[in-house]
Amino acid sequence: MSVSENDVRHVATLARLGLDDGRVQALVGELNGILAHMDVLQQVDIGGASLDPDATHGLRMRDDVPSPIPLARDREAFAPSMRDGFFLVPRLATHGTAGAADDEGEG
Amino acid sequence: MTDVPYQALLARSAREVASAIATGDLPPHAALDATLAAAQHAQVGPEGLNAVLWTDAEGPAADLAALTLHPDLPLAGIPVAIKDNIATHRMPTTCGSRILEGYVSPFEATVISRLRGAGAVLPMKTNMDEFAMGSSTENSAWGMTKHPLDRTRVPGGSSGGSAAVVAAGVTRIALGSETGGSVRQPAAFCGIVGVKPTYGRVSRHGLVAFASSLDQVGVFGQSVDDAALGLQVIAGVDALDSTTVHVPVADYRAGANDDRAQPLAGVVVGRPTEYFPTSLDPRMRTLLDRAADRLRSLGAEVRDVSLPHTELAIPVYYIVAPAEASSNLARYDGVRYGLRVEGNDGLRGMYEATRSQGFGPEVTRRILLGTYVLSAGYYDAYYKRAMAVRRLITDDFTRVFASGVHVLLTPTTPTTAFVAGSRSDPYEMYMSDIFTATANLAGVPAMSQPIGRIDGLPVGGQLLASHFDEATMLRVAYALERALGAEAHT
Repeated sequence: MSVSENDVRHVATLARLGLDDGRVQALVGELNGILAHMDVLQQVDIGGASLDPDATHGLRMRDDVPSPIPLARDREAFAPSMRDGFFLVPRLATHGTAGAADDEGEG
Repeated sequence: MTDVPYQALLARSAREVASAIATGDLPPHAALDATLAAAQHAQVGPEGLNAVLWTDAEGPAADLAALTLHPDLPLAGIPVAIKDNIATHRMPTTCGSRILEGYVSPFEATVISRLRGAGAVLPMKTNMDEFAMGSSTENSAWGMTKHPLDRTRVPGGSSGGSAAVVAAGVTRIALGSETGGSVRQPAAFCGIVGVKPTYGRVSRHGLVAFASSLDQVGVFGQSVDDAALGLQVIAGVDALDSTTVHVPVADYRAGANDDRAQPLAGVVVGRPTEYFPTSLDPRMRTLLDRAADRLRSLGAEVRDVSLPHTELAIPVYYIVAPAEASSNLARYDGVRYGLRVEGNDGLRGMYEATRSQGFGPEVTRRILLGTYVLSAGYYDAYYKRAMAVRRLITDDFTRVFASGVHVLLTPTTPTTAFVAGSRSDPYEMYMSDIFTATANLAGVPAMSQPIGRIDGLPVGGQLLASHFDEATMLRVAYALERALGAEAHT
């Protein structure tokens, strides 16, 4: 299996990463170089290997209730902007009137 | 170097100084003052080693002022350096990444709460490879960290800043994090002790996630005792991390004062042949042989064993870790944290512009690699198969420990600290983890301690034990450290 430029562009889209053409070409070589070392795994006999989680030590179930994380300071102290108990985020250019003076804090 | 008061104090173990502070024999600020003086002398900031990213003067002062001294406070007044991917609410937590520039966590990690509860003060955050992806601390957005003994070389990584601070004599204890060897490898390069606990032994709450099935907080110490003390404080179940396990925390200092001629009588030490390939530097092999001889003289039985799937660890690790990272790092989208760059194509454009400008080349490479191995058509061939082979690697350890072996002895790294900029091929860099990634994949505890030098550069010997048996591993480490004495650093 080898990675093509289209593969790199596809996974970059999935990963929300913007790449210019030069970087795409470089990554084709880098990823193929790395993945060539992974081919050895195809030769391994995995007949006896289980994919079930190791339950040797088990995970304890806890009550399904929310437990707030203790904060060092109030939400208002670290949120850039809040209104009515909600965080406000900057308006995106695709939503509402871009560039308006009150653009900030209308998310 | 002229011995000045701060150096004399920092030459004493953390336990000894904490005890003196707790009982009033030293003023509460004595160790902090010594660390600040040493930090200036060692040039740990950007002007020198570039090991320290952020400092805090007010927090430690407030903590010391509020400290109620009593003899059972294990870290009374002891400064501990913290890797930049562990959440602190008084200093930034950027993971060495531009995408988190200026981010200050509203909560602190459980390990931070436990350190402060034990009396420790936290004056500095340390440099690291971006999001812990690297083996040299060259991948930080804030510049590379330099090796304290040779500034042309790397200190290892990804916890290179913490390792450099301890190796430079600035603090006795520091926290790092491990995903594939990021505490043990820099510990080996810098000639100090580094411990990776069992997966589930220490809370990951507040440790910024890289690869959640592999990540653990680890401890650096100038000595085995310093590292054991730090681990003792942070170990144990945490309600905020459901992967911590209800297994009692033993007394990790049990081997500290064992003066018997043969303290390791009855202990079986395995030497996995796969960790001693014919390509291993013969000088490194000689130092490992010397360590094995010391263990024999202490009463241990040393026998050769086999972990046959060891050579598959790097291919498995570099599928599993990037796969998990590609998911964990999806949260850095320009909305919820730090950097936000407006793009040309609405919401998607903003995501892509933010992430491409916020992440460095290695993080970008691994996110793409992880996304690729999880994508339709490749999942079974890469990720699913890697997870099956990971089980075979774990089974290797289970089988060896079930055969009566208590600990394993191996080299920590295939080489000593390398020259900065000398490893441009990604896979060549990944091979730095060849002896360490197995412990993360299997979840077993492991540690590195100095066992000698080659051309003046430190060499680490690695000990590994079965799940949750850090106590036996540290008992052997204490005995080996005592037996080697000054040889460990020559």
